Amino acid sequence: MRRRAQWLLWGASLAVYAFLYVPLAVVVIFSFNDSLLNAEWVGFTLSWYRKLLADGEMLAAAGNSLAIALLSSALATVLGAMAGIAMQRWRLPWLPLLVLTPVAMPEILLGVSLLLFFRQVLDLTLGFFSILVAHVTFSIGFVAVIVRARLAGMDEGLLEAARDLGATPWMTFRRVTFPLILPALVAGFLMSFTLSIDDFVITFFVAGVGVTTLPLQIYSMIKVAVTPEVNAVSTLLMALTLTMVLAATRLAPDILRRGR
Amino acid sequence: MPLLEIKGVTRRFGDLVAVDGVSLAIEAGEFFTLLGPSGCGKTTLLRMIAGFDEPDQGALFLDGRPLAGIPPEKRPVHTVFQSYALFPHMTVAGNIAFPLEMAGKPRGEIARRVAETLALVHLEEKGGAYPHELSGGQKQRVALARGLVNRPRLLLLDEPLGALDAKLREEMQVELINLQRDVGVTFVFVTHAQQEALALSHRIAVMNRGRVEQLDTPERLYTAPASRFVADFIGKINLVDVEVTGNSHGHAGLRSPALGDLAAEPGNGVVPGERGVLALRPELVRVAARGETVELRNRFPGTVRELLYLGDVTLYKVQLEAGPVIEALLANAAPGRAKLFKAGDAVTVAWRHDAGVFLRG
Repeated sequence: MRRRAQWLLWGASLAVYAFLYVPLAVVVIFSFNDSLLNAEWVGFTLSWYRKLLADGEMLAAAGNSLAIALLSSALATVLGAMAGIAMQRWRLPWLPLLVLTPVAMPEILLGVSLLLFFRQVLDLTLGFFSILVAHVTFSIGFVAVIVRARLAGMDEGLLEAARDLGATPWMTFRRVTFPLILPALVAGFLMSFTLSIDDFVITFFVAGVGVTTLPLQIYSMIKVAVTPEVNAVSTLLMALTLTMVLAATRLAPDILRRGR
Repeated sequence: MPLLEIKGVTRRFGDLVAVDGVSLAIEAGEFFTLLGPSGCGKTTLLRMIAGFDEPDQGALFLDGRPLAGIPPEKRPVHTVFQSYALFPHMTVAGNIAFPLEMAGKPRGEIARRVAETLALVHLEEKGGAYPHELSGGQKQRVALARGLVNRPRLLLLDEPLGALDAKLREEMQVELINLQRDVGVTFVFVTHAQQEALALSHRIAVMNRGRVEQLDTPERLYTAPASRFVADFIGKINLVDVEVTGNSHGHAGLRSPALGDLAAEPGNGVVPGERGVLALRPELVRVAARGETVELRNRFPGTVRELLYLGDVTLYKVQLEAGPVIEALLANAAPGRAKLFKAGDAVTVAWRHDAGVFLRG
C-alpha cells in the first residue's frame, strides 16, 4: 500500500517535471539538428550557431538586450536598495505599497501605461532610453523586497552600535549596512538582470521602431517560421538566464546564513 | 564638578512619562548603577546619555558642557548593548578596532591598542575569530573590549549580563569589577537584577515609574531603604503594618494592630499617628524553639509553616499566632544537623529593637 503510494508520487512528479522541461529540451536539441525543419533528427551540427553569429540584426538585438539588462539592473539595484532601506527604517505603511505595486501589476497594463506616459505626457522618442526606464521600473520592487528581507533579519542594534562607537551616518552605511546587505544587492542585481533580458510584453510597448531587444527579435522571426536559428538563440538565452538564476539562488542561502 | 550631570530630565512617549524629572550626578571613576524593574525608565535614560534620544525637558551635562544636539558619534560615551551588537562581518579584532578607526587613529596605534585590549579581556587567541564562532561569555568580553578600547569618558552597560547563565554571570561580575578598577573608566550600568547591582556598584539609583526612588551606596540601600518600593525591590523583606505611637519624651514607638506595641526606633521626624510599615530583613529575625528563653522584647509565638532549604541557609516562613507571617533566614551552621527546624515546629520569633526600619505609606 505504502509502496504504491510512493510510486504514484514519483510518477506524478515525473509527469509534472516532464511537462515543464521537455519543451525546453526539444528547443535545445533541435538547435543542433542539421535540418531546416523542426520535424525529425537528421544529424548534429553547429551551423545554426555559426549562422547566428553572422546575423547582424540578431547581434545588434543581443547587444541592446545586454546593455539594457546591465544598465537597468545596476540602476534598479541602487534605487531598490534605497527603497528597501527606507521601508525597513521608517515602517511607513504606504511605502511598501508604492514600491511593490509595479511588481504585482499585470505586465500588459504596465506596458500600456508606460507607453502612454512616454508618448503623451513626456513626448519622448521611444527607443533605448524608454526601454531602459521601463525595465528599471519593474525591477526596483524585486530588489527592494530582497534588501528589506535582509535588513529585517539583521540586529538593528548594529547600526546604533556603529553610531555609538563614533561612526557618522555615512560611515555606518559604508562599514556596516553596505557589507551586510551586499549579498542581497548581488541577488537583487541578478534577479533584475534575468527579468530584463527576457522581458517581452513591456518592452514590446515601449521599444518603438529603431531599437529591438533579443526577445522582440525572436518574436519577429517566429512570425515567419520557427527556424533552427530561433532554437539556437533561444538555447543561448536559456543558458544565460539559467546561469543567472543559479547564481542568484546560490547567494540567497547566504542571505539567510550571515548575520546570525 | 561631576562627570555627568542630569538635571530635571523628563521624557514622554505619548501619554507615558518614561522618565519623570530625574536629577543625578555621576562622579568620574564611579561604578554607577541604574536599578529598577522593566519599564522604570532606566533604559530611556541610558539612551539619552548615549545620544539616541533627547529629553523633552531638562538637560544633560558632560564635564559641564551641555550634551543637547550632539549626535551619538560625537559623544565620548560608548555603550555595551544587551544583544552585544557585534558586527557579524568583522573579526573580533576588526570589531575592537572599529572605534579607533572611526576616531582616525594611526594604523600602528590601532594594532597596538587592539592587542592590549584583547589581553585585557583574556581573548588574545580569538582576534581572528568571527562573532558567531564565540561563546556567550566571549561575545560579552568582545563587546566590553570594543566599548573600552578608545577610552570613553563614560561606558554605558545595558543589562550586559542578562543573556548569560548564572555561573558565568557571577564570573563576569568579578571581571567587570576588576576591569573597571584597572581601566578607571566611569561605568553606568543598567540592570533589573538587584543582586548584580549590589555586588558591582559604588552607588545605585533605584528607579520606579520614571523617578529615582533612592540614590545610595549598596549597603545603605539594603540596610536603610527609604521607601516601601526600595525595601521590597532589594532583597527579601518582611513588611509589618504599624502606626507611630507616643512621643512624650523624644522616644517614638510603633504599634502593630496584630502584634501590639513593638520595641522599635522609628527614626527622627516621625509624628504620632503616622501609618506605615516596619521593614525587617529576614536575616535579622531570630527563631528559637518554643522552650528556649528569649531575652528580646519583640518576641512572638508561632509555628513553622514552610521552609526553603538553600544549602548554606534556610528560609523559614513562620505563622505567628497573632496573625502575620514572618520570614526568617537562618544559617545552617549548627554542627551535625542541616536544618534547625521542620514544618509544624512550635517556635518563638524575635528581633532586636533596632532591627527594622519604619517606612511611611
